[in-house]
Amino acid sequence: MTTSTPAAKGLSASTLTHLQRLEAESIHIMREVVANAENPVMLYSVGKDSATMLHLAKKAFYPAPPPFPLLHVDTTWKFRAMYDLREKAAKDAGMDLIVYHNPEAVEKGINPFDHGSLHTDMWKTEGLKQALTKYNFDVAFGGARRDEEKSRAKERVFSFRSANHRWDPKNQRPELWKLYNTRKSKGESIRAFPISNWTELDIWQYIHLEGIEIVPLYFSEKRPVVERNGLLIMVDDERMPLAPGEVPELKSVRFRTLGCYPLTGAVESEAKTLPEVIQEMLLTTTSERQGRAIDHDQSASMEKKKQEGYF
Amino acid sequence: MTAAIDPIYVTDTLIAEDIDAYLLKHQHKTMLRFITCGSVDDGKSTLIGRLLYDSKMIFEDQLATLERDSKASGTQGQEIDFALLVDGLAAEREQGITIDVAYRFFATDKRKFIVADTPGHEQYTRNMVTGASTADLAVILIDARQGVLTQTRRHSYLVKLLGIKNVVLAVNKMDLVGYSQERLYEIVKDYSHFAKQIGMEAFLPIPISGLKGENMITRSTQMPWYTGQTLMEHLETAPVNDARMLDVPFRMPVQWVNRPNLDFRGFAGQIGAGVVKPGDAIRVLPSGKTTTVKSIVTYDGELGQAIAGQSVTITFNDEVDCSRGDVIVKADEPCEVADQFEATLVWMDEHEMLPGRPYLLKIGTQTVTATVTEPKYEVNINTLEHLASRTLGLNAIGVCNLSIDRAIPFEAYATNPDLGGFILIDRMTNATVAAGMIHFALRRSQNIHWQAVDVDRDAHAALKNQKPAVVWFTGLSGSGKSTIANLVEKKLHAMGKHTFLLDGDNVRHGLNRDLGFTDADRVENIRRVGEVAKLMTDAGLIVLTAFISPFRSERRMVRDLMAGGEFIEVYVDTPLAVAESRDVKGLYKKARSGQLKNFTGIDSPYEAPEAAEIVVNTTDLTAEEAASRIVDAILAR
Repeated sequence: MTTSTPAAKGLSASTLTHLQRLEAESIHIMREVVANAENPVMLYSVGKDSATMLHLAKKAFYPAPPPFPLLHVDTTWKFRAMYDLREKAAKDAGMDLIVYHNPEAVEKGINPFDHGSLHTDMWKTEGLKQALTKYNFDVAFGGARRDEEKSRAKERVFSFRSANHRWDPKNQRPELWKLYNTRKSKGESIRAFPISNWTELDIWQYIHLEGIEIVPLYFSEKRPVVERNGLLIMVDDERMPLAPGEVPELKSVRFRTLGCYPLTGAVESEAKTLPEVIQEMLLTTTSERQGRAIDHDQSASMEKKKQEGYF
Repeated sequence: MTAAIDPIYVTDTLIAEDIDAYLLKHQHKTMLRFITCGSVDDGKSTLIGRLLYDSKMIFEDQLATLERDSKASGTQGQEIDFALLVDGLAAEREQGITIDVAYRFFATDKRKFIVADTPGHEQYTRNMVTGASTADLAVILIDARQGVLTQTRRHSYLVKLLGIKNVVLAVNKMDLVGYSQERLYEIVKDYSHFAKQIGMEAFLPIPISGLKGENMITRSTQMPWYTGQTLMEHLETAPVNDARMLDVPFRMPVQWVNRPNLDFRGFAGQIGAGVVKPGDAIRVLPSGKTTTVKSIVTYDGELGQAIAGQSVTITFNDEVDCSRGDVIVKADEPCEVADQFEATLVWMDEHEMLPGRPYLLKIGTQTVTATVTEPKYEVNINTLEHLASRTLGLNAIGVCNLSIDRAIPFEAYATNPDLGGFILIDRMTNATVAAGMIHFALRRSQNIHWQAVDVDRDAHAALKNQKPAVVWFTGLSGSGKSTIANLVEKKLHAMGKHTFLLDGDNVRHGLNRDLGFTDADRVENIRRVGEVAKLMTDAGLIVLTAFISPFRSERRMVRDLMAGGEFIEVYVDTPLAVAESRDVKGLYKKARSGQLKNFTGIDSPYEAPEAAEIVVNTTDLTAEEAASRIVDAILAR
């Protein structure tokens, strides 16, 4: 146990650990949002970062349930296991779950096989804007982390969007101490990122320490996969088109990040428990986002998507 | 992996051998936040890149990119250019994207680190202050060839200003001065002299080479004469701020009242200082009510004690009023409560500070209204000279007095940054315009008590048999404000009403003759007129004012001064072209020819009211018709 300073006046107080400090900061951010917002919502994508954020929300407002609903901007193309956990997690937390589907994407049958980047644009980017407008949410919690990507290193904890949900990177507010300026002009909305300062390793350690339930896809299991453009894609349902003669192979795989199943690459792995997953992560040699097709689209694609309103 | 330099910071063998043991060990890591100060030339990016690289935060795919980029555009020949790992922001800077601070993360077996990297030269003060506000430690970089430069002084001054106690003087590029011990001593001697000047109590010099990795992680073989800590050793053992805040009286600003049902009322917040236990006697400020702590509630069960840095929910043994913005403190060691302060301000907005204008001030969890005086002085951060100044522009630092609309609990920033650091917010644009650090409360506010009088404002008004009001005419020069106001007063006077007309031009001959037409002076002009009008309503008068009063902020300030319903804003809506064509006083002509500066509508803005009580359009109505309409509205109240 690291104790940097002698305990105060004979008390056995010690310095907080890095996870305790991160947890306290995230809780502080969430409470600032709730104290200032008129109609907040938590964006929930069922991944490990969302799971951590939801867990922190339970802690922040205990013994009350988190005083806002969860919003899943769905694409209808997530892994089935994600849909299962989504319902359970909301119920366990005592929170309302809003699932939003962009009606235009539903009508046009937008899918990742035929529509390329339009899939993300319509289901997620447009879907998110529509949902926020429809329910009149003024602050949306998101699970983005600064360590995810170079361009996110400079992200604010409170990020302001114009009435049409655009992000103006030239006009951001400085954030000093823990004093967040939450004032917004008419029509503006806020994206708040309470886990900005967590790294991937912090998230995993915390999930392990707190026993947070996550989607089983993060653990290795024999799953049917096909190889597409260098990514191992799991055949999660019958909608996956197979080339003539293409037969899914059963491989021991797991996922390091979760999204739409046809766009998310699996890694071959034998890690069946959380410690094994963490072990694999620490010994691994490629960065987290490599498994996501979306980033390979074009360089600086995250930045561009963000300006357009994709989180 | 074909790195030219292998990571020196070897991955813990426990990861592969016993992951559970590894995880157990890592649960107890602490976290240190630090800032690196220096320009690109000092090797700041190389230093950060090196720390990321050596602590194995670089993955193979990133390394492949790095190697490729190093050869293509690096500055180190065939070797890895670590600076490229963190210089990704350059392109964004060129696009004009605001980057005040970029945060980088790495971890060793002992600690997790968050580095605030503050790029840019022009915006440096604002950026560095932002990054330093959350830092436990500062690494001030010096190029060993250059020694202590103006910018070293600037960085050190800001580090001291933000109250960072743990300062590392990293004397970099020792490889380029032949690893000379004498050179290091010279620099340390120079710096000590300067550190004393700014009141920096201590600093730790470490001779390093970020590029070669000397004294970064392991002791340099090139500098056997140096026996102190390496940079990483120091980062791993330096105390964090939370630890410093333990041995002081308990303080917790209340963020949110948790009231899920009638049986539970908890006060949620992050403890800013000290320690709290159930049974402790506490006091709620500013009310001063006392009670004792019943329990410290968390999701993980009730706590026997909570310490600075923790986010908790506290319940009381008595029903004591407490809401967001209040501060819970140790009962017998409370903090001060006051409404006037001296503070250092760092101005962060393109629009300069306007003394007298009300800004929002956020401190702890409370947001109040504050006005700022003219700076007592501005600090030239390169020379530390005190300069006379009437305002503060972007990146300027100055000492000012602040006056708050109500008394608030606070502590000096040096004692407790949590209750002494604040931000100022512009009420119209909502921008964060300044960061501030409280020095002390001004005693005068506590010694001047409001004199209660027996013949009060109601008595004055009753004798005159009228309801006092301020009828505030606003509009462009030549819009017809004075003409209409004059007609209104004549009509009211004829009806036996007690009135007074304050005219812009007339007031400038007397009360406000010291003021010009800059934005700052316009604000002060309106502030004084507002106060005079308020005194006149206290005397029971119906006050008519005719001032251009171009800014919404100041009109709102005057509105806020008055009792509810006593402020009637009249917008004399005359298009600029019409007002200019009238040009009764020939002023537009002068302004157009450049003889008259800061003329509203020409080279100074007019902000039209968004919700005036009365709008008169002088192109549709005659002055007489407009006046009748206004009189009706005044009397109809």
